[in-house]
Amino acid sequence: MANTTCYHCGDECGKNGVQFDEKEFCCNGCKTVYEIFSSNGLSTFYEIEAKAGTTPNELRGKYNFLDNQEIVEKLVEFNEEGVQVVSLMIPSIHCSSCIWVLENLNRLHPAITVSQVDFPKKTIRVTYKTGDFSLKALVLLLGSIGYEPNISLETLEGKKNTVDRSLIYKLGVAGFAFGNVMLLSFPEYFEVEEFWLDQYKGVFRWLMFAFSLPVVFYAAQDYFVSAYKGLRSKLLNIDVPIALGILVLFLRSTMDVALDLGSGFFDSLTGLVFFLLLGKFFQQKTYAYLSFERDYKSYFPIAVTRLGTDEKEEDIQIYKIKKGDRILIRSQEIIPVDCILIKGTAEVDYSFVTGESQAVFKEYGEKLFAGGKQLSGVLEVEVLKSVSQSYLTQLWGNSVFSKDKASQFQTLTDRIGKRFTIAVLTIAFLATAFWLYHDSSMALNVFTAVLIIACPCAIALAAPFTLGNMLRIFGKHRFYLKNTNVIERLAQIDMAIFDKTGTLTTTKRETILYEGVELTTEETALLKTTLRASNHPLSRSLYDILKSNAIMTLDEFQEHTGKGIEGRANQHSIKVGSATYVGKETTAELANTAVYVSSDEDVKGRFVFKNTYRDGVKEIFADLASYMEVGILSGDNDGEREQLEKILPSQAQMLFNQKPEDKLEYIGKMQKSHQVLMVGDGLNDAGALAQSNVGVAVSENVNVFSPACDGIMDASSLGKLPTFMQLSKKSIQVIKLSFMLSLCYNIVGLYFAVTGQLQPVIAAILMPLSSISIVAFTTVCTNILGKRLK
Amino acid sequence: MSVIYVLLAISISVAVCFFAAFVFSVKKGQYDDVYTPSVRMLFDDELRKDTDNPDQNKKQIKQTESTNQ
Repeated sequence: MANTTCYHCGDECGKNGVQFDEKEFCCNGCKTVYEIFSSNGLSTFYEIEAKAGTTPNELRGKYNFLDNQEIVEKLVEFNEEGVQVVSLMIPSIHCSSCIWVLENLNRLHPAITVSQVDFPKKTIRVTYKTGDFSLKALVLLLGSIGYEPNISLETLEGKKNTVDRSLIYKLGVAGFAFGNVMLLSFPEYFEVEEFWLDQYKGVFRWLMFAFSLPVVFYAAQDYFVSAYKGLRSKLLNIDVPIALGILVLFLRSTMDVALDLGSGFFDSLTGLVFFLLLGKFFQQKTYAYLSFERDYKSYFPIAVTRLGTDEKEEDIQIYKIKKGDRILIRSQEIIPVDCILIKGTAEVDYSFVTGESQAVFKEYGEKLFAGGKQLSGVLEVEVLKSVSQSYLTQLWGNSVFSKDKASQFQTLTDRIGKRFTIAVLTIAFLATAFWLYHDSSMALNVFTAVLIIACPCAIALAAPFTLGNMLRIFGKHRFYLKNTNVIERLAQIDMAIFDKTGTLTTTKRETILYEGVELTTEETALLKTTLRASNHPLSRSLYDILKSNAIMTLDEFQEHTGKGIEGRANQHSIKVGSATYVGKETTAELANTAVYVSSDEDVKGRFVFKNTYRDGVKEIFADLASYMEVGILSGDNDGEREQLEKILPSQAQMLFNQKPEDKLEYIGKMQKSHQVLMVGDGLNDAGALAQSNVGVAVSENVNVFSPACDGIMDASSLGKLPTFMQLSKKSIQVIKLSFMLSLCYNIVGLYFAVTGQLQPVIAAILMPLSSISIVAFTTVCTNILGKRLK
Repeated sequence: MSVIYVLLAISISVAVCFFAAFVFSVKKGQYDDVYTPSVRMLFDDELRKDTDNPDQNKKQIKQTESTNQ
């Protein structure tokens, strides 16, 4: 069965493959999903996209808390007269087959009436009749076909987030007015001396005035607000000349029309606002299914099972856990609080917290920290601290999580805007003074004309279009940024700090080294046979690398959860497992995960599991080190210092055994003299990511958890990091070039304005022309730059 | 009353109608998800073959539920 792939999910079938209905499946889960689909008329699933399925996880007992009506009430959107509506986030939605099968859920259960998928957000909205169906049944049904929803504390709290659509409305208003005003001012452009047009001039002009009212007072209000705020905090941001331009345009035009001096500049006014808003809209690219604000809440469970005094199980909300409570933690559940193990053997995966992929084993009486995931077996624990006071969650109390990096950063546009405003005002006053002296009737005309023509529309458009387009290009190469502001900050970075485990190393591949007395052929065969029977991840990886084809029949096999396994055949026995299990003294120098082997109670040696570094790590450092400082900040011990020294450039700093707070403080210290980029992955980096100028989270699967950050990078794109950095710098250059270009337009326009010959038609041509050429210039430039990523 | 007023009134009211339609569609959330409908419209009559044996369906559902409980 070598090299066949699963009909359902496309994974390799390997040795545990299942055959069913003349098709190969990698596991029973996939087979079950196939059975469900094929017997419910949903087999088209496999025709829309081949091998698109997801292996279902074991959910037994995990969603028992959905029996609690109080929790259900909080989760559902609508709940009346036997009908409930619920929106669920399903991270595994990824293709059109998913959409199809999820929208045909009613085929799987008659109580489901409507189900609708929102693909970009990866959510499904289901309407179902209660009665013989419930939310829990729905979640289990979804789970059984491989679409397990993500129900976390975040879902419970953040339900009432309404979509802000005001920008679309404003854009609509401005576009509507712009089109109509253009149409109405057409006759004026040609200045034909025609009786009918002359007679109705007034009607057309007042209509244009009417159309411009909602544009000035509704669509453009953000600019006035922003300019006012800027002035109040004594800042001349780019919105000041914009707001001034809009205001002057409106007042001058109204005056012109009222006094019958001319047709006014209503076409330029509405066009200006429309283009500005278009830029804003373009900049607003969001990755709806990614969250950059996640904290522990997004992956902690909503409820846990509390054990009452008489061993009675009760599902309670996580906030209601008190110190001293006894709670039950099942296999694959997250430990929500710091606690002490009182029953069972814990095998905890702390990869969320530390990024370390190998599970640790804990015994009775040992302390477990919140954030770990129990891998096998049920635990009973006693709570030491409530959720918000646990070691991990306390980190979020730090003030760095509440500060907004974007608002503290002065963008390039704002910096230019300041000088620009001063220059424009100077020119306006000088020109007015000149005309007051020569021909005072022209003075007001010239003053307003300068402010109108100098309105920095093109400048205000350069940054949104350049950065917005760059953001999309980055997104295509799996580097997802929170907003365009991040690119500007990225361009200023002069120091890059990396986390080690999970960021530079991959959890997908491991190097296994053997240390100790060489095993004989028979021992290897016995070892391999023994490992074959075990389902433990370490056993699996070890099994795959052992070179032996002889499969023996075991006389005896024993698996001791959390300790190791033992196999016996032909009067020989072999033990694989932790040091204490095989009878070796634990040594303190243990830096890596290791599995010990003993044959006939005689310790032979150990297999050391080492994380492998991602491809291209060395190149990244070599590249980055040529123009910035680099460093490593690891939560692990310094077991791999030597290996790292080979990869890193000599001047790189390396710090080990860093606690989350240490990382945060270190970044803060470095920020006194540097602009720091932090690249991390786990929750332990969350503080450092928030503190740094730009925090980038590296993730093997961007849909799964990543801590709060400014950008999420798919692990496969890590090698492109230096290119991304270069591109950000180039983007800033593109913006600067666009500024030059738009200044040229401004100088031409100012010539007309200062000499007092600015006709509405010139303004109406110049303004859209400059805006469109800037948009075209930036788009072409960024697309050419983007080609470098391939 | 000149005909130009009538024409203006008609042109503006048509424009306003479209604008109202735009506002209405935004309000209803039609622009919130612009991707899924484009995929959805491609599926229509894929439900086929075994639509005529509901018994089997019911049996299957029971099996579904028991998988995880």
